[in-house]
Amino acid sequence: MSTDQTTTGALRGGAGEERLAAAFAEHEGDAALMPYIMGGYPDLTTSREIAKAYVAGGADLVELGVPYSDPLADGPVVHAAGTAALQAGVTVDDVFALGEQLAADVPVVLMTYANIVLRPGVGAFAARLRDSGLSGLIVPDLPIGEESEGVVAALDAAGLAFVPLVAPTTADARVAEVRQAARGFLYAVSVTGTTGERASLGDQFAEVVTRAKTAGAGPGGGSEVPVGLGFGISNGENAAQAAAAGADGVIVGSRLVRAAGDEDPVASVSSVLADLSRGLGR
Amino acid sequence: MSTTHGPETGSERRFGPYGGRYVPESLLPALDELEAVWSQLRDDAAFQGEFRGLLRDYVGRPSPLYLARRLSERAGREVWLKREDLNHTGAHKINNALGQCLIAKRMGKPRVIAETGAGQHGVATATAAALLDLECVIYMGVEDIRRQMPNVQRMRLLGTTVQPVESGARTLKEAVSQAFRDWVASVGDTHYVMGTAAGAAPFPAIVRDLQRIIGDEAREQILEQAGRLPDRVVACVGGGSNAIGIFTAFLDDPGVALVGVEAGGHGIASGSHGAVLASGVDAGVLHGSYGPVMQDAQGQILEAHSVSAGLDYPGVGPQHAWLRDSGRATYVPVEDDDAVRAFRDVARLEGIIPALESSHALHHVLNVPAPEVEVDLVCLSGRGDKDLAEALQKLEEIDGADALKLDGERTIAPALGHDPAADEDGAGPQGGEEVR
Repeated sequence: MSTDQTTTGALRGGAGEERLAAAFAEHEGDAALMPYIMGGYPDLTTSREIAKAYVAGGADLVELGVPYSDPLADGPVVHAAGTAALQAGVTVDDVFALGEQLAADVPVVLMTYANIVLRPGVGAFAARLRDSGLSGLIVPDLPIGEESEGVVAALDAAGLAFVPLVAPTTADARVAEVRQAARGFLYAVSVTGTTGERASLGDQFAEVVTRAKTAGAGPGGGSEVPVGLGFGISNGENAAQAAAAGADGVIVGSRLVRAAGDEDPVASVSSVLADLSRGLGR
Repeated sequence: MSTTHGPETGSERRFGPYGGRYVPESLLPALDELEAVWSQLRDDAAFQGEFRGLLRDYVGRPSPLYLARRLSERAGREVWLKREDLNHTGAHKINNALGQCLIAKRMGKPRVIAETGAGQHGVATATAAALLDLECVIYMGVEDIRRQMPNVQRMRLLGTTVQPVESGARTLKEAVSQAFRDWVASVGDTHYVMGTAAGAAPFPAIVRDLQRIIGDEAREQILEQAGRLPDRVVACVGGGSNAIGIFTAFLDDPGVALVGVEAGGHGIASGSHGAVLASGVDAGVLHGSYGPVMQDAQGQILEAHSVSAGLDYPGVGPQHAWLRDSGRATYVPVEDDDAVRAFRDVARLEGIIPALESSHALHHVLNVPAPEVEVDLVCLSGRGDKDLAEALQKLEEIDGADALKLDGERTIAPALGHDPAADEDGAGPQGGEEVR
């Protein structure tokens, strides 16, 4: 892993990272909206409709989840949606196809777990991402270090961004290490816990974002990598607080996945996105 | 053995290619802390004194080594049983649970969580938590709750909250996942008492260190009682904690074969089993560790199957995987039907009701020819009371209603009739009850 200061700012994640950077740059001084979609939930057809609603509803980037049997970092809503999608027969191939469709309109970052990436081999998986037009990859159980080295190298070679996470429990020196390794953006987890909606977290956002941007930085300051804030952001008020706290991107998952399970999923997710957009002053 | 160690600690992070720390970033500080704390406590005289004292006075160690004469006759060789079933709470699990709860105390964490399959690790953790005044929550799949109700009641009596897990096949794998999710959110005040020698580093090494007392004692005992080392050490393997516990003392004895017995379920060909090592499945990541794991072509983790809840796990500890690859240990499957018959046979030959998990190892020793072996050492990892309902039902399924007959004789005699003289008017001393 490179901790060489001179590489800061250089794009190591290639075209994928460039596309992500452009999406964040469009919202300089404001926060990009990054909704999460569970691929294939509640079913493939509806999932495609929901993806279109995300684009129409102002998504600047999309985080696309792959249903997984043992999602250790996900709370009950995302876990249940993944289980339902698997039971409906949704495959990794289906999710890549959905991602390819979405990537025509917005940059897409795939979110999945280590075993899904390692199973076909990291090189083959990176090639799939690239060939499907996706921009990056989030793998919550591949922390920066020995475990993720192979995946980061494969993504770099394919011109794609590896997006790591930092948590409130992450020590300052480690935050700096992870930030140095981040491509595209750094995913700051707002709470210690799994994904899910939570009441009033806004007062913690500033500290989380500030730490993600500057903790452990030497006199030269932090890097310029954008920070996306996620976990527990569910409405316009939260989104406004996240933007005010300095987040470059606002990631919304469980609230939208819950909406995708409603009777009229497209109307429900559109309404949640409208509220989020208002919160971001659009 | 080829291993990689944590930077400052000496606790193994990998065994050959297996192991590692595939966990959310939130948990890394807790794993770092655990690794550092254990590197101190492992050699800390005060901690070890307290731990050894409790193992002796509270658990009842050393557990006996017993030469099972009738099993030996049947097998045609000496069969020595390491009696972990005689520990307090009835299984080897208490060694690890007590050790980890003491570690939690030293780390100042007031709450412990754990997963359980058969319920033995849950009961052991609930017991240690009661003893050490720790809040305790046990995650258990609802299918296992059904199979192991007596242990659920024990945990609740001990003051523990049993949290049913509804996801997936509702067994051990899901219980571990749910315990990890709890830990991701509660890591500040909570220690996760991993019950087996699997999961993210440093758990496989810590559980091994806490369970190695089984083999350390057994090696000394068999040298004293038999005057020699065994030719073979046999133990059942789910995650592999009792097996690594008894194997460790013999790793450097080249003349001692090490055999792990896995859950053959309905047979390896059926795909419905838990024989992760014997079946040669590919490696992947499960519960924070890289190693052989049952998975489909896409990388989704598959459900294991075993009649015994404790072996019903699609992964295995990383050190076992490396012991297999390096040739030091071998792993064989035993199917459900054979295990429950061994459960019955050992009860009748020795007056010992073994855990269904241990019954897998006992079947291998009793019924698989091994002419080169003169002395077997078997880890009897736990007692089988918890398994009665499940095992008897299974026996009836495979051997019919006569499953408990002895050579065609019934084992429940017909009731004696009423005593007409004493009960003539229905108001005799027996009040109409049967007279025996």
